[in-house]
Amino acid sequence: MDTFDVIASLIKVVVVFGAIILTVAIMTLAERRVAGFIQYRLGPNRVGPWGLLQPVADGLKFFLKEDIIPDNVNKPIYLLAPVITIVPALMTFAVIPFGASLEIAGHTVKLQVADINIGLLYILALTSVGVYGLVLAGWSSGSKYPLLGGLRSSAQLISYELAMGLAIVGVIMVSGGLTFNEIVAHQQATSWNFWKQPLAALVFLVAIFAETNRLPFDLTEAEQELVGGYHTEYSSFKYIMFFLSEYANMITASAFMVCLFFGGWDIPFVDEAALGNWGVVFSVLAFAFKVGFFLFLYIWIRWTFPRFRYDQLMRLGWKVMLPLGLVNIFAVGLWMALRA
Amino acid sequence: MRTYEPRFWDRFYLLALAQGLFITLVRFFKRKDTIQYPEKKHVPPAGYRGLHRLNKFDDGRIKCVACEMCQTACPAHCIDIEPSAAPWEDGEERYPVKFEIDLLRCIFCGFCEIACPKDAIELTEIYDFSAYTRDNLRIDMEGLLKVFDVTKNGNVYARQNRGERIEVPIAR
Ligand code: SF4
Ligand code: SF4
Repeated sequence: MDTFDVIASLIKVVVVFGAIILTVAIMTLAERRVAGFIQYRLGPNRVGPWGLLQPVADGLKFFLKEDIIPDNVNKPIYLLAPVITIVPALMTFAVIPFGASLEIAGHTVKLQVADINIGLLYILALTSVGVYGLVLAGWSSGSKYPLLGGLRSSAQLISYELAMGLAIVGVIMVSGGLTFNEIVAHQQATSWNFWKQPLAALVFLVAIFAETNRLPFDLTEAEQELVGGYHTEYSSFKYIMFFLSEYANMITASAFMVCLFFGGWDIPFVDEAALGNWGVVFSVLAFAFKVGFFLFLYIWIRWTFPRFRYDQLMRLGWKVMLPLGLVNIFAVGLWMALRA
Repeated sequence: MRTYEPRFWDRFYLLALAQGLFITLVRFFKRKDTIQYPEKKHVPPAGYRGLHRLNKFDDGRIKCVACEMCQTACPAHCIDIEPSAAPWEDGEERYPVKFEIDLLRCIFCGFCEIACPKDAIELTEIYDFSAYTRDNLRIDMEGLLKVFDVTKNGNVYARQNRGERIEVPIAR
């Protein structure tokens, strides 16, 4: 690794981190805007032109709020939990390729922070670490509601992680690689995995909704039943860490979805390589657009469907998603055997 | 009649879910009904029962004769009247020296308006009065007469929306 690579990596880390934080800020505004539009109202429009400064106001409010630590919490774990949640949330994006490779002064720069050869497993591992934060937050708060929220999140994770894994297996089978670059390249060479495995895409989509604790699966923070869920006892900066990680997880999950099933940064019917470095720019835009669509889908679904009941969630996970995932693997295997 | 038995396709959920998403997406692009409140105000329909007023004659004298009918009719017991002999020679012989309404207890039923034999008490269209203390929501006779002054020339909100500047009593 020479100096060039080091500098390039540093720049990529900063850019990706900045992009995630910026997107989270935009999402907090978009969430309420879309909610408003769906409900025939305008949403935030007081702070700044068209309410654009609302995220800034929110951020300031969080920082200025009183930082409360309740008496009967298990202090070290209580303070560690938000960190355990946010670190994986920000780390997962590292292996996601967000554009085609860039040629600078004879060097090829991959638009991806780290191209490790077990990228997929890395993401799966990290997303499951994140849930420890929720469980620990719930347990250490020393209060019933957070405890229930934390327990729910672990049960939810177990039910959906399996289906999610099974959905990914089908993709790995056809693309023959565990790195995102291989998967994207394979989709570029043939067609998007969505067309080949719509069932897996569907299972995966539902699974990432459950994974990110978003409606209709936001049982961990169901306000009506759990006051606030696992973060009931958290305030100001500690709370904002949970908040940030939820949105960062959504961004990563959307990017994950795009890479696995919607061709990553691939623009259909266009050869990016022929466009040179401009192709790279377009590929990044295409990627951003696709991720943006899924982020919109997250919000759209949130304001359309009611929350699942706890047993319904379990039933869906074990009795519907898991079999569907297996059916998909079987079908893909059969198809590959017949073609071979 | 429409029934909500699931149709055949609904049993697969997906079609029904897509239908639901479509409905919310259509609403996303529809015109928004919001009234931008402090700048624009909702004009309530005629007959709306809001803040009370005490009517005056053209010469500025109060119409109320302190008969206490409204006080008797009030189901919330929120009207407090003290009658006295009127200071003027001609016209009514009684008038109130104290007329207070506890707006926090009032349920805006309009019974006082119906009970009044002199058409002295009336409910107006004003809905956005609020205060930081309970005391400020006890409106006295002076306040009620002031409400008459601002409301006598037509709907306050319609006028405000047209750009007229009107101070509504006790709204702060
Ligand atoms: S509106 Fe009803 S509750 Fe209010 S003062 Fe009149 S009679 Fe009493
Ligand atoms: S407002 Fe009407 S009902 Fe009430 S005391 Fe005066 S005259 Fe009588």
